[in-house]
Amino acid sequence: MKPDPHYTFQVDMQTNRLTIRREFDAPKALVWDCYTKADLLDQWFAPEPFTARTKSMAFEESGHWHFALVDPDGNEHWVRFDYETITAKDSYRAQDAFSDADGGINRDMPVSIWDVTFQDASPRTLVQIVSTYETPEAL
Amino acid sequence: MGNNSHELDTVFLAFADSTRRAILRRLGDGPASVSDLAAPFDMALPPFLKHIRTLENAGLITTEKVGRVRTCELNPKKFVAVEDWLKGQRRHWALRYRKLDQLLEQMKDKDK
Repeated sequence: MKPDPHYTFQVDMQTNRLTIRREFDAPKALVWDCYTKADLLDQWFAPEPFTARTKSMAFEESGHWHFALVDPDGNEHWVRFDYETITAKDSYRAQDAFSDADGGINRDMPVSIWDVTFQDASPRTLVQIVSTYETPEAL
Repeated sequence: MGNNSHELDTVFLAFADSTRRAILRRLGDGPASVSDLAAPFDMALPPFLKHIRTLENAGLITTEKVGRVRTCELNPKKFVAVEDWLKGQRRHWALRYRKLDQLLEQMKDKDK
């Protein structure tokens, strides 16, 4: 794959945190829509060779997005994002978790909190995702 | 979101504590006994052993007891597995964002 100068992916094992930054050649409003509307998310959110298929979406505080990542054999891997806080066109915080087809969260799989921010760098837009993994105290 | 994400959870948990990170750093210099590892810490043995068990459960270290001495060693295979998972994540995001680039281009064309 060609290196992408506008992409950074950082790992901090001490804080259990992944930071993903990327610039897009599009206005902020357009990029925001792509992250927050189900019909648009379905078109890009699954990495190849998966496709994303939304079952339900309520992009609002305390709402959630429930979708399947479908592999080429048709197997479904269900994911649920619960939106905690939203500042329109600027940022949102969500919990990312694996779930079942009915939306029940699978606590045996890692859960992470996403802090997503959108920054205007006209004519481009900078998106940062900080994904922090839970660390249960007791083992 | 990979196949090994459950394992990764245990690994993240192992890395989350400063005592455990110090143990891993020390083992980077070579194998050591539990009592040698515990010496620098102002900590009773039972909680210290709990840290050792957490690291062992995460697969980051292996331990072997010979007589009364338990020796700990880093497990390089696990470190490679963690690195592979992270590489996979890095690649997934790059692939996703290529798709998003294309989608944004289509949307911009439509707006024109």
